Amino acid sequence: MRVIRYRDAVREAMIEEMKRDERVFLMGEEVGHYQGAYKVSEGMLEQFGDKRVVDTPIAEAGFAGIGVGAAMAGLRPIIEFMTWNFSAVAFDQILNNAAKMYQMSGGQLRVPIVFRGPNGAARQVAAQHSHAMETFYAQVPGLWVCAPATPRDAKGLLKAAIRDDNPVVFLEGETLYGVKGEVPDEGEEEIIPLGKARVAREGEHATIVSWGRAYYEAMRAADGLAKEGIECDVIDPRTLRPLDHETIVESVKKTNRCVIAHEHWPYGGPGAEIADRVQREAFDYLDAPILRVGGRDVPMPYALSLEERVLVRSEDVMAAVKKVLYRE
Amino acid sequence: MAGRTVNVEELKGYYRRMWLIRRFEEESARAYAGGKIGGFLHLYIGQEAIAVGGAAAIGPEDYVITTYRDHGHALARGMTSRAAMAELFGKETGCSKGFGGSMHMFDVEHRFLGGHGIVGGHLALASGVAFKLKYQGEPHVCLGYCGEGATNIGGFHEALSLAAIWKLPAVFIIENNEYSMGTPLSRTLPVRDITLKAQGYGMYSDRFEANDVFEVREKLKKAVEHARSGKGPALIEILTYRFRGHSMSDPGKYRTPEEVELRKKKDPVRVARQLLLDSKVPEKEVEAIDAEVEEEVRDAVQFADESAPPSEELMHDLVYAPSEEGLIENVEHWHKVVSSNIVGGA
Repeated sequence: MRVIRYRDAVREAMIEEMKRDERVFLMGEEVGHYQGAYKVSEGMLEQFGDKRVVDTPIAEAGFAGIGVGAAMAGLRPIIEFMTWNFSAVAFDQILNNAAKMYQMSGGQLRVPIVFRGPNGAARQVAAQHSHAMETFYAQVPGLWVCAPATPRDAKGLLKAAIRDDNPVVFLEGETLYGVKGEVPDEGEEEIIPLGKARVAREGEHATIVSWGRAYYEAMRAADGLAKEGIECDVIDPRTLRPLDHETIVESVKKTNRCVIAHEHWPYGGPGAEIADRVQREAFDYLDAPILRVGGRDVPMPYALSLEERVLVRSEDVMAAVKKVLYRE
Repeated sequence: MAGRTVNVEELKGYYRRMWLIRRFEEESARAYAGGKIGGFLHLYIGQEAIAVGGAAAIGPEDYVITTYRDHGHALARGMTSRAAMAELFGKETGCSKGFGGSMHMFDVEHRFLGGHGIVGGHLALASGVAFKLKYQGEPHVCLGYCGEGATNIGGFHEALSLAAIWKLPAVFIIENNEYSMGTPLSRTLPVRDITLKAQGYGMYSDRFEANDVFEVREKLKKAVEHARSGKGPALIEILTYRFRGHSMSDPGKYRTPEEVELRKKKDPVRVARQLLLDSKVPEKEVEAIDAEVEEEVRDAVQFADESAPPSEELMHDLVYAPSEEGLIENVEHWHKVVSSNIVGGA
């Protein structure tokens, strides 16, 4: 194992898959000459040339559609959104074309494409640039949705996503790009299958389910709780569609309590979906209502003091765990 | 048309294809009225010379993408009447196995990539196919058709803009039938000549009427060769008219019967038929083509009617393409969810 940053892990996955398969290419705003808005694709233009690392104008709907069309015809595009916020203007392409083409064509056309980029809030970029978009995309049959929190997961999952024949929504994070973590050594290929959760921490008192940026708050909360004698299972589903249902339910059957911490808005979304599944599959095991800790139900404010209140914090997760343990 | 020499064999083929589309559409309208076809049904009647002339302008390895008004293009490209009609009837023997319906016909073998219900974005797909052709160095083109109404949506402009920047082998063809559903183009377009939009993208353009299938073919061939030779995409506006409403639910009250009758005098199918007769093809021979078409459409309707609808299992199987081992896990729960309306499985 060696330690690298999240952005380097994403880049390594793309480079390895582009070396492996000529049909794989990267397209997006500033991915080439600028070296990536967040330096994720740094050096790739020099390595692969402008045929395979393609800079685009500001035209998300256009280049997302070009990706889908190219995938329909046999290529395997990686479409980078500078941030997932901008995917809103390309939603038609993802929802109506990428997700549905296989079905609408009676199975004649596959759309092997990965849409990727940073998801969720950065810091003080206000209402239009701070969406946690999984709540929209995880709803759509025909898409797979990944939201890796660690460099190792980002690399292994992205490689699987690129190789799969279905459209994958791959949610990274601007605040995650600098996170360091262990990945397998060079030459040791690791493919992490989509739809498999990772048990990040084990404990018998409560289960915390969390992914993306909120995962780190959940882990900090678990550290804090441990100091108070409360041991938690922390489960990172890593993929939100398909969801590794079993791992979460098995954990709740052991701990009898469940807290779900997510960055997205509280109305619906993967957080609510997980709560629904747990109440149904582990009803007889629950000793307290399932609690969710989410972003607040407001457009993201600019003011730092308010943004900090909107985003999930470890204190909130700790409070929720104590609440399901009736230790307030 | 007097004094004009045409390749009679080609003309027979084009006439047959146009008449097939006409009769196919008329019979699908009848089946719709009889409750055999549901949803939306947008007929191509009046515009046949474009689909047939367009198909004649390209080769078997070139691609075609169009909007929801797609039956004519599917048939022109070589889809069987059976597969097209069975799709309208929602049957598993249909081109899209009964999952697409009227608006989503696909025939990958004939490189016909749909049939798209949401217009504008489908032109980006055409640019994407053209991107693939350039990427892999294939000497083919992709034709992307739309109506004049779709030239107002952003997807149209982004598709053209990117295709132009990268000199992609795409030909965008506007079938200007003067009405964006019920709204005349005088209220949707600030200019009458839509090809003016090509200037903004430094694109080859042409504009002509769609009454003569040979003219359509020859003018499109020029655009196709332009795109194929690497000079970049083209924007073509073809002036046409649909004789029926926007869809089956549209009585067409926004235009007068006189207007429609006037336009029917330039009916491209009639023009082609007359050209056959003028070219000394015996009327009996033309009637034999008509009879053949009649039988093909009758057979298609019967085939569609007698076919079975798709199964529930197929509905589940067609959401995700099969994945290689080791790439996806835990789809069992999804299968359980998808098989019942009680969420999580009964």
